[in-house]
Amino acid sequence: MTTRAALSPEAAPAASGGALLALNNVEVIYDDVILVLRGLSLAVPEGKIVALLGSNGAGKSTTLKAVSGLLPSERGEVTDGSVTFQGQDVTRMDAAERVKLGMSLCMEGRHVFEHLTVGENLVAGAYTQKNSASDLDLVYSFFPKLGDMRNRVAGYLSGGEQQMLAIGRALMARPKLLMLDEPSLGLAPLLVQEIFGYIKRLNEEQGLTVLVIEQNARRALEVADHGYIMEQGRIVLEGPAKELSENPDVKEFYLGLGEEGGRKSYRDVKHYKRRKRWL
Amino acid sequence: MSTFLNLLVYGLADGAILALAALGFVLIYKATGVINFAQGEFLLVGAYMFYTAFVVLRLPLVLAVVFGVVVATLLGVVIERLILRPMVGESAISIIMVTIGLSMLLQALVQMFYGTSPKSQPALLPRQSVSFLGATVPLNRLLVIGIAAVVLTAFTVFFRWSRHGIAMRAVADDQQAAMTMGISVRRIFAMAWALAAVSALVAGVLLGDISAVDRNLASFGLLVFPVVILGGLDSVPGTIVGGLTMGLLSQYVSGYLDPGLATVIPYVVLVLILLVRPYGIFGETRIERV
Repeated sequence: MTTRAALSPEAAPAASGGALLALNNVEVIYDDVILVLRGLSLAVPEGKIVALLGSNGAGKSTTLKAVSGLLPSERGEVTDGSVTFQGQDVTRMDAAERVKLGMSLCMEGRHVFEHLTVGENLVAGAYTQKNSASDLDLVYSFFPKLGDMRNRVAGYLSGGEQQMLAIGRALMARPKLLMLDEPSLGLAPLLVQEIFGYIKRLNEEQGLTVLVIEQNARRALEVADHGYIMEQGRIVLEGPAKELSENPDVKEFYLGLGEEGGRKSYRDVKHYKRRKRWL
Repeated sequence: MSTFLNLLVYGLADGAILALAALGFVLIYKATGVINFAQGEFLLVGAYMFYTAFVVLRLPLVLAVVFGVVVATLLGVVIERLILRPMVGESAISIIMVTIGLSMLLQALVQMFYGTSPKSQPALLPRQSVSFLGATVPLNRLLVIGIAAVVLTAFTVFFRWSRHGIAMRAVADDQQAAMTMGISVRRIFAMAWALAAVSALVAGVLLGDISAVDRNLASFGLLVFPVVILGGLDSVPGTIVGGLTMGLLSQYVSGYLDPGLATVIPYVVLVLILLVRPYGIFGETRIERV
């Protein structure tokens, strides 16, 4: 792809063959007319945390929905390209089957089952598992707070607690790949730090592979191994998280760390991005 | 006093059957969001299926019950698959019209195959009376209360603690989130319809035994509306409270005031509840965090 600017040759993750999850030129169309993903390719290597960053409407959530098979319920469709998980083509697979393969999505906005208790939420998360008693203990030991509140109705939990519950619930399905859609949404900075701490620990202690979408680019690049930047349905930049956070364009557009006298108006930004062939 | 006790037993028996019928209605509404106007016909079809197995095919009681349950399950699944699934995403009013059409279709089918005259079916429950706290009450009503209580308890246990029961509630709560857990929403919808048909079958058979196996079973089923409006459209415990209240109310009004009034009174309550507390006694309110 000519538009993709890899920061350094060795930075790009091993070709899709070695990756746990790989998207190859995925095109997604909603309602038969709205083109949201325009040939998106990315790879998530096993055991790594990969961050997918980008502004509103870039297609980040759509990417995760395409990966987890939720598009049909929203009149969306993968019209071109493929999604492979562990080398297996899952592009048209049923959402439930993908969960069984080990792909779990934590939706944006937490989406806990409000009228169910914390414990029942976790049991619902283990729907695809035959025996989940040990997983329940594991989640409670990982999130001790949830253990204390196991009989509370989830709708009355605070935002941070709900986010923990949403992650714990996704873990109950014993995922190999955990996908998180904006885990920091609507949370206070301290809580955001706590949640990202959990994500890092899950990755280091359990060896869980994570694909995380974030608006909070700085926080995400801190924990991630590799990052992708999306603009208008395509990847425009990728690289190791450290290099990305040093990149002047990323600093200016996503981290809010522009040089003095940098481009201030939207028009200039758009022009600049056009010139770099991002748009 | 003995009249009071008698009416109590009659009322509780009617109420228990109503609770079973309403349970199916609530299940469908909660899981799939469909208001099923054919719930009364599910009672009718259930009772006739059992009649077919028990009287026409002369199966032993246990096998007849199994036959009824299997047919009811299939009926529920087929209706969901062929009629309701293509309607997903259509407006509420269209779906209501479809279930009204379904109720007419089921009634017509029963008439087509079984005629309009009541069917005679040997009594399943003993007909003698027992004395109870100085009153003489019919044994079969007491047994109806007992059987309904057992079935309702079984359903409650299923919803509270079983994996599939929790999954059904999860789908009722948030379909998309349930899908991310690997819960098949279609299968849960089919399950809701099947369970509704089975609970209606039990209600239909019990009602057929204490009254008669005829077309009026469906009109008794119409009473689920006052019951669920009183209890809350999406509340399982509400069906029990609503059912018993309606059963007792009708029997007491009929016994002490006027039998004619008794057929109207549930609908009077329905209107009053809609005016005062439209989501019913136990209806789910939206959780708002502060």
